[in-house]
Amino acid sequence: MASYLRPSSLDEALASLSAATGQHPIILAGGTDYYPARVGKALSDDIIDITAIPDLRGIRQTPDGWRIGATTTWSEIAAADLPPLFDGLKQAAREIGGRQIQNAGTVAGNLCNASPAADSVPPLLAMRAKVELRGAAYARELPLSEFITGNRRTALKPGELVSAILVPRPKAEEVCSTFLKLGARQYLVISIAMVGIVLEVDGGIVANASVAVGACSEVAQRLPYLETELTGRRLNAALANRVKAEHFDSLSPIDDVRADANYRREAAVILVRRALTALVKRNRG
Amino acid sequence: MRLIVNGKPHSYHGSPLKRLSDVLRDDLGLTGTKVGCNAGDCGACTVMLEGKQVCSCLTPVGQAAGKPIATVEGLKAHGSLSRLQRAFIKHGAAQCGICTPGMLMAATDLLAEKAKPSEQEVMDAIGGVLCRCTGYRKIVDAILDAARTPALPEMPDAGAAVGKRVCKVDGVAKVEGVERYGADYIPSDALWARIIRSPHARATFMLGDFTPLIQKYRLNRVLTSADVPRNGYGIYPDIKDQPVLADGIVRYKGEAVVALVGPREAVEAVGLEELPIIYTPEAPVVGVIEAAAPDAKLVQADRPGNLLIEGGVKKGDVGRGFAEAAAVAEGLFQTSFVEHAYIEPEAGWAVRIGDRIEIHATTQTPYMDRDEIAGIMQLPPDRVRIVPTACGGGFGGKLDLSVQPVIALAAWTLGKPVACVYTRPESMAASTKRHPARISAKFACDAKGKLLAVETWADFDTGAYASWGPTVANRVPVHATGPYHVPHVKNWGRALFTNAPPAGAFRGFGVPQAAIAHETLMDDLALKLKIDRLEFRRINALRAGDLTATGQKLEHSAGLPQCLDALVPHWNALNAEVEKFNARRKGLRRGIGIGCMWYGIGNTSMSNPSHMRVSLRANGRIMLYNGAVDIGQGSNTIFVQIAADALGLPMSVFDYVMGDTDRTTDAGKTSASRQTFVSGKATELAARDLRAQILRLANAGDNAKLCLDGPILMISDGGATRRIDLANLPRLNDEADILMGEGRFDPPTTMLDADGQGIPYATYGFAAQMAMVEVDTELGTVKVKKIIAAHDVGKAINPTQVEGQIQGGIAQGLGLALMEEYLPGRTENLHDYLIPTVGDVPEIECILIEDAEPLGPFGAKGVGEPGLVPTAPAILGAIRHATGVRITEVPVLPHRLHAALRQLPMVAE
Repeated sequence: MASYLRPSSLDEALASLSAATGQHPIILAGGTDYYPARVGKALSDDIIDITAIPDLRGIRQTPDGWRIGATTTWSEIAAADLPPLFDGLKQAAREIGGRQIQNAGTVAGNLCNASPAADSVPPLLAMRAKVELRGAAYARELPLSEFITGNRRTALKPGELVSAILVPRPKAEEVCSTFLKLGARQYLVISIAMVGIVLEVDGGIVANASVAVGACSEVAQRLPYLETELTGRRLNAALANRVKAEHFDSLSPIDDVRADANYRREAAVILVRRALTALVKRNRG
Repeated sequence: MRLIVNGKPHSYHGSPLKRLSDVLRDDLGLTGTKVGCNAGDCGACTVMLEGKQVCSCLTPVGQAAGKPIATVEGLKAHGSLSRLQRAFIKHGAAQCGICTPGMLMAATDLLAEKAKPSEQEVMDAIGGVLCRCTGYRKIVDAILDAARTPALPEMPDAGAAVGKRVCKVDGVAKVEGVERYGADYIPSDALWARIIRSPHARATFMLGDFTPLIQKYRLNRVLTSADVPRNGYGIYPDIKDQPVLADGIVRYKGEAVVALVGPREAVEAVGLEELPIIYTPEAPVVGVIEAAAPDAKLVQADRPGNLLIEGGVKKGDVGRGFAEAAAVAEGLFQTSFVEHAYIEPEAGWAVRIGDRIEIHATTQTPYMDRDEIAGIMQLPPDRVRIVPTACGGGFGGKLDLSVQPVIALAAWTLGKPVACVYTRPESMAASTKRHPARISAKFACDAKGKLLAVETWADFDTGAYASWGPTVANRVPVHATGPYHVPHVKNWGRALFTNAPPAGAFRGFGVPQAAIAHETLMDDLALKLKIDRLEFRRINALRAGDLTATGQKLEHSAGLPQCLDALVPHWNALNAEVEKFNARRKGLRRGIGIGCMWYGIGNTSMSNPSHMRVSLRANGRIMLYNGAVDIGQGSNTIFVQIAADALGLPMSVFDYVMGDTDRTTDAGKTSASRQTFVSGKATELAARDLRAQILRLANAGDNAKLCLDGPILMISDGGATRRIDLANLPRLNDEADILMGEGRFDPPTTMLDADGQGIPYATYGFAAQMAMVEVDTELGTVKVKKIIAAHDVGKAINPTQVEGQIQGGIAQGLGLALMEEYLPGRTENLHDYLIPTVGDVPEIECILIEDAEPLGPFGAKGVGEPGLVPTAPAILGAIRHATGVRITEVPVLPHRLHAALRQLPMVAE
């Protein structure tokens, strides 16, 4: 018989998790990926529902940056009072699913589900986010790029859960970010491609750029050659012209029902250019 | 566990992991919350949890414990409808009503936050709820209006109902969440049937011993092909080729193989890997080219060449027409499988009562269901009773049997009620689809732009079984000229079997596919001759007095010229607007396009009678015995409007029963845009018959006025009033009917001869739609900005509902053009198979042309399908106008348009 635990503390959750024998229990938060994978099937999993753990909820400032608790929902992100570094993530928050999904689904859950088309990953990669993992007797941190290891695969070990997403504070005072998503319809759409960009700006010059593209490889990726190309450039209308197709060579898009690989590759370039143009415009006020 | 639903506490004792939607429906009996996908893709199950909208299908009930849950059942305040509910009724925002509870809850969430939201905020709030009927515009209007305390329109006076925007007679039930759909009100002691389906498109299979499985899960029964007395069904009396349960061979992925029957938890717990079914897969026949190849494998052994049917229409001498032409255009056009995607999956339950079987299920066609079940079970039809539930969307997909045979057989055998509710993937894999078409067409005209000749060859992929394939193959040649006068015509079509889902009836029966071909070629010719595209169509538009491709003289009600005239000012204005826009924008280009259509109302050259009855009852009420199913389009309402005016009484004295085969008479199926015209006429005749009987009873003249006051009938004629106490009159039957009016109507048609000449339809609907689009030429994305739709409907019995049909058809046409493509095994859900959301459907302006049809009730024709037919052509024409890309394959997904844009020769901008 399947068990369903809804602990009220993280320790309790971790204890149950490490005590589990046989099949690993499933960590459940918003349920927005769990249930769709079980349409027409009996619900027979052992579950640890982490939504009643107050420590896991909400966004907090820390000395190094921000801590997004694992059960923080998309809607909470969208509504939170956060600096421009989070603009991209907030835009993603309003474009994932419908309002119903945003009200229940969590950003951490989106990472754990590890879909190549996960909308949270490009903005969080661009924010250089880390993932905080907790086991019964320890905590560890992994850069997001190392946490998601493949299509639907993560570095999560048995007995662990994601407790938070950690966003480091950028060095520069002036930061801007954005997110751009391409789908075949409005609302409720899985991305054909999407980009997240964070620029740190110092005196009108791009001091640090991070650009990430999703749905164009097994795991969303940052584009280091492009980032280097953008760094040190003036934040003006010419910036988008720096974006060249060869900066995207590390992507390996596939053909699927939504689009073909060539299109994805070209669309990614266009999206990045547009996102940069939008940032420049926004920065000019 | 304590649950607080709409302020009332409930206790629940099951698994905390159970979906909140299932707990609400199954454990608490609150079936107002609907389940459309169980995957968060459709939003039908939207409720509010702690004041925020969530999908209850994705919420473990354990998370909802102790928190306030609000569902549609709680919307009424102090026993009266909320403003939002009233606004939905007033605007016709609920058609089939299956998405309505979800829409209402999403809107309630918004309105609690913001009393006067903007249109954009409304769209953002309901972006997560799919509607397949309305095209969303009336829903947005209703939510915006909810802030204004909308008053419901008053009931029209006696004799003034036709033509009025009256509220749906079943509207209140839909906004209250008490309407009964296929999966609602299943008896609590019902067993569950789970149909096991083929994972292969083509295979042979062997069944092993099910006894261990039956014992392990305590199943009541496993039904196999051996349990089906006549294991074949199909739409045509002579083509019963689809097995209820496959017999050793499966011909499409999703075909029913066996059915597990037992307690719901038991049948759901069985793992697919546990089933003793051994398949030997074979390479499937895919697509019409493969099916028609000389060495093709056969899909059905007794169908040589994989041919289901071939036929066409021949008039004049196309050779001569092409020889005399000043301009010729030709092309090859292709469309995909398209899924109906009604938000209500197939569902129902059956029960054996003595030596009769009773089926409560969602359907578009109770009488065909009755006869088909009788055939399958080898029972006389009068031992089968079909009680249609409300239908949560059909669009043609609920004309074929779904759950009915399995639940009937199981209930018959086991002596207990048996229910079956398809999952969304099952609904998509098992049900019929729109026929993919491969159409070669050639159009020619003279130097002045008059069409001379049309030649079309259309191949339709009919999938594994015949279903409605013959209907499509017959209808398309008649319509493939488009709504134009053409002296020389040769239109031929055939339907071919493949190992794909059966292609069946889908709003338009092949005509939408053909319209893409004829309208593109009309644009080609207009461009060649440098004639304005709208003007070119006006030159050629069919008019009263013209002969059609089948040699039929259109006597009346051919309103295409009026539709085109009505579009002219919009066409000119938008043309100028587009030019201005394109002059100053780079990367975005706008364009306008036009699509015209005609559509024969009712069956093609086949009798399709309706028989309706209207009675006066002892309680002083009028009863409409309505054998036609309202699938959301509003037939229940317009029949009452028609009957009320024909009888001379107000709508308020009417009651109705819908589709119950024990209580009504056969009004045919809800398809082919026929219910308004055919059943509407039968209703009018029945009401007039009843009026005549009443007048005879009172010895009153034709102009007498009727009035009902409780059981007292008053007949006033020239100053004298006669009062009749109905309670004292003899009753005709157990229903307490006193007088029964009967009406029958079968539209006059003739058989088509070998050349397809004759009168296939008694009347036709006509329309012209124009679209404005904006194309992102870098990304290949298309945004439809505006659609203006002019439709000749003969007479709009209820303008709100007519607009609703047009807008809903347009949304489906937009999907056909831009995003919908069903790929077996790959798009069996509503996130990989995309239908338009509220954000995709633009502003739509409807222009109703009323060129009266003398045969129809009060001049009315049909509009169910016409709304969809011209939309895709108008959008494709607009994309071409914007970009120069001539599209020959739909859907125009972004990557396809992007590739086509890359292949264009350099266009001078």
